[in-house]
Amino acid sequence: MAEFIAQQPLLAALLALAGLGLPFGALLGYAAVRFRTEGNPIVDQINGILPQTQCGQCGYPGCRPYAEAIAAGEAEINQCPPGGEAGIQALADLLDVEPLPLDAEHGEESERKVAYIREDECIGCTKCVQACPVDAILGAAKQMHTVIASECTGCDLCVEPCPVDCIDMLPAATGLGAWHWELPQLASRNVEIIATDANPKQAAA
Amino acid sequence: MRKLFDFHGGIHPPENKHQSLSEPIRPAGIPRELVLPLSQHTGAAAAPVVRPGEQVLKGQLLAAASSLVSAPVHAPTSGTVSAIEERPVPHPSGLSAPCIVLECDGEDRWVELPAPPADYRELEIPALLERIRDAGIAGMGGAGFPTAVKLTSGTHHHIDTLIINGPECEPYITADDSLMRERAADILEGVAVLRHILRPREVLIGLEDNKPEAIEALRHAIGDQPVEVVVFPTKYPSGGEKQLIEILTGRQVPSGGLPADIGIVCQNVGTAVAVRDAVVHGRPLISRITTVTGEAVARPGNFEVLLGTPMHYLLEQAGWDPTRSGRLVMGGPMMGFTVPHPEAPVIKTSNCLLVPTEKELPSPPPAQACIRCGLCAEACPASLLPQQLFWFARGKESEKLEQHNLFDCIECGACAWVCPSHIPLVQYYRAAKADIIQQRRDHEKAEHSRLRFEARQARLEREEAEREAKRAARKQAAEKRAQAAAAEGGEDPIQAAIARAQAKKAAQQQAPEASPEEKAAAARQAAQAKLAKMQKRLADARAAGEEDKIVTALEASVKKLEEKLASLEEPTA
Amino acid sequence: MKLLRVSSPHAHGPNSTQRVMQQVLLASLPGVFVLTVFFGFGTLVNILWAAVVALACESLALWLRKRPLGFYLGDCSALVTALLLGIALPPYAPWWLIAIGVASAILMAKHLYGGLGYNPFNPAMVGYVVLLISFPVQMTSWAPPRGLTENVPGLLDALRACFLPGQFDAITMATPLDVLRQNSGLMMDDLWAQAPQFGRWAGIGWEWANLAFLAGGLWLLYRRIFTWHAPVAFLASLALMAALFYDGGSSASGGSPLFHLLSGATMLGAFFIITDPVSSAVSVRGRLVFGALIGILVYLIRAWGNYPDAVAFAVLIANLCAPFIDHYTQPRTYGHRPPAREDA
Repeated sequence: MAEFIAQQPLLAALLALAGLGLPFGALLGYAAVRFRTEGNPIVDQINGILPQTQCGQCGYPGCRPYAEAIAAGEAEINQCPPGGEAGIQALADLLDVEPLPLDAEHGEESERKVAYIREDECIGCTKCVQACPVDAILGAAKQMHTVIASECTGCDLCVEPCPVDCIDMLPAATGLGAWHWELPQLASRNVEIIATDANPKQAAA
Repeated sequence: MRKLFDFHGGIHPPENKHQSLSEPIRPAGIPRELVLPLSQHTGAAAAPVVRPGEQVLKGQLLAAASSLVSAPVHAPTSGTVSAIEERPVPHPSGLSAPCIVLECDGEDRWVELPAPPADYRELEIPALLERIRDAGIAGMGGAGFPTAVKLTSGTHHHIDTLIINGPECEPYITADDSLMRERAADILEGVAVLRHILRPREVLIGLEDNKPEAIEALRHAIGDQPVEVVVFPTKYPSGGEKQLIEILTGRQVPSGGLPADIGIVCQNVGTAVAVRDAVVHGRPLISRITTVTGEAVARPGNFEVLLGTPMHYLLEQAGWDPTRSGRLVMGGPMMGFTVPHPEAPVIKTSNCLLVPTEKELPSPPPAQACIRCGLCAEACPASLLPQQLFWFARGKESEKLEQHNLFDCIECGACAWVCPSHIPLVQYYRAAKADIIQQRRDHEKAEHSRLRFEARQARLEREEAEREAKRAARKQAAEKRAQAAAAEGGEDPIQAAIARAQAKKAAQQQAPEASPEEKAAAARQAAQAKLAKMQKRLADARAAGEEDKIVTALEASVKKLEEKLASLEEPTA
Repeated sequence: MKLLRVSSPHAHGPNSTQRVMQQVLLASLPGVFVLTVFFGFGTLVNILWAAVVALACESLALWLRKRPLGFYLGDCSALVTALLLGIALPPYAPWWLIAIGVASAILMAKHLYGGLGYNPFNPAMVGYVVLLISFPVQMTSWAPPRGLTENVPGLLDALRACFLPGQFDAITMATPLDVLRQNSGLMMDDLWAQAPQFGRWAGIGWEWANLAFLAGGLWLLYRRIFTWHAPVAFLASLALMAALFYDGGSSASGGSPLFHLLSGATMLGAFFIITDPVSSAVSVRGRLVFGALIGILVYLIRAWGNYPDAVAFAVLIANLCAPFIDHYTQPRTYGHRPPAREDA
């Protein structure tokens, strides 16, 4: 038998490979079971990155459905305007795909806003209360409504149903408390060194 | 001789302190108007307790502390509250914030102060802390943390060392130096109060060796009190709280912790004097010593300034030439910030106004590339790697930044001072910190929203399920009744109901349908009614002088309704 | 009135990149002087021609990248690269050799990576290694020092050797390091006696050049242009390695510590090459490791490698390791416990 094998180099090689492959395969299989990491399911991780405004701008009824759609490969990662570029980047890092520019079809990135009800115009119809995805509007039928600003995600969903158009979307925090230093403006110091940022127009061309 | 320690890094910038030390402390006088920001300290803004038009006396409470970490504001002189409004405040943003504006009457009449205790040692500690809190004292060194809060947290720990911060390591500033020279006894009186409150094992007054007069004055004032003056070599930033603690005790404040965690409380010399005024004399904090210096003032020096004094008024007292100064810095050249509006007031934390000429402190040249020379890492008193932080800040790599302990940066500016490429490193760190804090907040907010969204989702499902259950129950009950009726041999109620419904439908079909004309007329009527209502609202809004926004919105809706009406009328016309 | 609004600090130290580079240029003068005395004007011509090519390449690269010329040329970094390469190349090298070296250094090693501050490798050493691999013959022919040859070439000869390579044949001779490596049968003392290249401590000329570079380096240290960590670690580890393998002078031993310290590009490397901040490790401990690593590598390559000198290769390999070294030598931040060694 051994002699026969020795005379058949092809067979010998195959046998040797199989002989190596089986134990290593078994070892890897064992390791996969033994050392399995119980990570967050991917949907939860994606959902964790999404801004939870529940605004539906992505075309899904809330952040979690969108996360599920991304995980299932049904949606692109660039459909969430509130998450903005940073959100897309984080998703791209998580899923190990190329970041895409924000899909303008779903809206543009804007500063965070807060809904504000002009209270003397409110007729107390509770339509906005029902529309709010995070229960941030307080009010009862025929009573004036108001927005709990700290709970509002700025999703816009209450604006549409209002029959008297008394809801404004105002920029969220402004003033002294919200101010902070910006990264130094490279342009204002008139020189920069990285090749790629030399001329955006050229880089795009 | 006490064993001294050294902190990592540090720099030796030119001191430029002699300019403002040629004269003793001068009173700055009473300006026509004082502007008192409601937030002159770290923490929540104070809440005004006066109204515009009200007469107030010197030392009267104008705004009360609104939360635990807050400090009240008092009237620095007598006069009339002319307004409570947004005014430019000393803040790097140059933005405005709510201020109480006080029209001074020049009489400088004191309010009747609560009688100071004959001997404060007989008061309970909480009562003493209350006095300090009510006097509105906030750290006078520059950070402006309410002193009572700091002391209260000190009384919760076992304090073995009380450190009085007097190195004043920033170039140009001599406010503390002149205070120590001229009012050493007052400082010691304040230190005695602090000692009484905290009961430390030892009290150290830390000073740099470039202030021999102050050292002499303090030693003289101490006499036989158990207070030690510790002198150490000049090096910036030895006046940083963490650095001073390391120099004097060799211990380091744990990252993210407070000095009280290792049994140490630090107080500035100016704060000590304010504490003495509050406890021994019952006077609130209404003035402070401020250095005015720089080549754009003719007579630099230290001034005793009423809080709220507009900076330009104070600068003029020192002979300011606005045409020569390129910038106005509150604080020193290393950590101070530029104030774009010279009408901003002096506040509790204004230890120095620096008006350098362009030659003295030139505008920053364009930044060159980082050559990773490592001078910044050598200079960093927190032993950070500034150039790595710089790369990460540029790349917005928050995780890396936190890994490299960005939040242990005290923004002392030593790295940027030594940087051969003139990179504004500190600004990068500030922006990166703000960015990370914002991210954290956003993340918390998102998490909060998610929970609320899920709770709502669960509630809606539950309600739906409840409705479903009720419906099922009713259906079951109806079936039971039907069965019961059937069993009794009577008519099946369900069959009967279906029959009734069919009969009704048939009747309806037979009845003549409303003609299209009638329908259109009804719609027209409804639209006309709506239009009339809207027009009335528009008229009301215009009459009431409402905001433009509202009026335009109403106009738009009126127009829309008119169009709709027109389209409804068209087919009939 | 418009007041300036900038972030603190408002004061700035007297230091600048330009100043750093100028001091480095100045500090190299003694070394260049000694090289010129012993080996003639070759080195000087090398440096000048390299400087011309370097400025041209830098300008070209900046122009292509649409950067302001004056601002970037002003940092003098191209001149430092040219200087180092000019010193490292054999005197009387032909002009094209120098041009290729400088072009690879400036265009390839520096600007392709994004310019000053972004290059992972020391540009001068990349240029040197490109030449060493591509033109081994030209790169290993070193002129004999004064004392071993009657006529040390003058300026004119040097210029001719450079720009009219065919018309002037410089005499060449093996360097002491070469001689030592080729040696297989002679005891050290005999070798010292037989080979004419050896002087008092190391090679004739070489020992003085090294001492001159040492002097320049000490001056830079005194001016606080760089810290002592990398050079001292490098010299110490090289001396230690040499001492470990020096058995008192048998034919198999690799030269005394002193010989190694004063031979080849040791001192030039220690104070002018490995102190290039851009491509070296950053933290204090990191620089110690970085220098020590280069010292070990230099000895290994000198003793058992295939090339006459080892500094260039050693530096490039250490450059590769610099980010890794940085990762593991992050200093303990104020208020933190000694860092737990968990990986990022």
